[in-house]
Amino acid sequence: MAHEDENAYESLAVAAGGEERWAFGTGFGDPLAGVDTAVPGGVDAKALARECLALGDDALILSQRLALWVSNAHELEDEVALANIALDLLGQARLLLTRAAQADPGLRPPDAPAHIPDEDALAYWRDVAQFTNVRLAELDDGRDFAKCVARLFVLTTWRLAAMTRLADSPDPVLAAIAVKAVKELSYHREYAAGWVIRLGDGTEFSHERMHDALAWAWSGHDELFAISDQAVRDEVSRVVTQVREAATLLGRDKECAAQSVAGRDGEHADDLVTLLADMQSVARANPEATW
Amino acid sequence: MVTVGPAAARAIAQTVTDPELPMLTLHDLGVLRDVHVQDDGTVIVEITPTYSGCPAMAEMRVDLSRALHAAGCANVEVRTVLSPPWTTDDITAHGRELLAEHGIAPPGPASRRIAGPVPLTLGARRPDVGCPHCGSSDTVETSRFGSTACKALFRCRHCAEPFEHVKAI
Repeated sequence: MAHEDENAYESLAVAAGGEERWAFGTGFGDPLAGVDTAVPGGVDAKALARECLALGDDALILSQRLALWVSNAHELEDEVALANIALDLLGQARLLLTRAAQADPGLRPPDAPAHIPDEDALAYWRDVAQFTNVRLAELDDGRDFAKCVARLFVLTTWRLAAMTRLADSPDPVLAAIAVKAVKELSYHREYAAGWVIRLGDGTEFSHERMHDALAWAWSGHDELFAISDQAVRDEVSRVVTQVREAATLLGRDKECAAQSVAGRDGEHADDLVTLLADMQSVARANPEATW
Repeated sequence: MVTVGPAAARAIAQTVTDPELPMLTLHDLGVLRDVHVQDDGTVIVEITPTYSGCPAMAEMRVDLSRALHAAGCANVEVRTVLSPPWTTDDITAHGRELLAEHGIAPPGPASRRIAGPVPLTLGARRPDVGCPHCGSSDTVETSRFGSTACKALFRCRHCAEPFEHVKAI
């Protein structure tokens, strides 16, 4: 399939002549083109698919939230940073959604046009209840930069801890995706932690704003912990405490109410409905389009 | 149709440049992993992405296919390899020279991943990055993220010029 995509793109590029491109970035091939995609014996393919889908959805939805900051952040360097983090997460999402559909072809939404790859079918043709991201990823931060970095900090701290362990996954494709993701997430977490500390340990005003933002983001952690083993929970707690300490934000949190695994089970806030309506609008308005 | 042997195919693939760092070949960047020719004459090229979201992968595949087709290879297959992941240590010595010549500070050695959790080092010393313009080591990082995923932004306090630095990963 990917090979055909590539040839279709190539014919476009060649038709445009020489060095010219019909449109740079069009004709994305299968991000796993040429990778041995057989699911090894002894691996529960459906469980693997669910795991890849959940991690892929977290990345896709958070990436979309971060992309909304482009042209809205306080300075160019931070816009570039958020856009780069969004791009890394989108790359992880593409690999993970592709892997999910390989492991369980039944995940592909039946309404999706036949010509689009699995990753696009999953991103653009599922309805809200079929998304398995945690709710923390989808919440509208209202363009509050403190909320943006607080959410990024909590989610990337959890994701880095989870991906570190998935480097030993019995599925070699997921393991390879995880090893790459660890390098990227280390930068993401450092960026977010840096801002939590800078604002928390800043002025009285920024301290209050960061405190409220971190409380907002941390209220979603139970949903993350519900799907993690103890080692991941311990690592997240340790890193969050380390950063809270440096940010002078220790010990001011109310106990948050226990949450269910709502997001992973497809129960979402209205914020995801709004996000998807925007993200999926072009693909659904033009089902035969190729790009 | 001429038959292209493995040495020739490799030589051709090694001339293809990176779409975003066009002063470097894919070989110098370390993303070209292998070139071999199957019994049926199909040229198999293996590449690895720098970052998961690298938008240039499709472009690289097309550029490699085009170069090999132009040299007479009838069938070319470009495969993605994810493991082991790309590291900046894979950039060749020649590639590092070319980066510096073009005003981009090359990466230092990447830290070796050790098993277990990745430590979060707060207030860590930035790596010493020399200014590619004047050579001064009095430089400051202005942004950890730059125009592409693989680069950070720096400024030289000596000559005051801004420059990019390929982050060690």
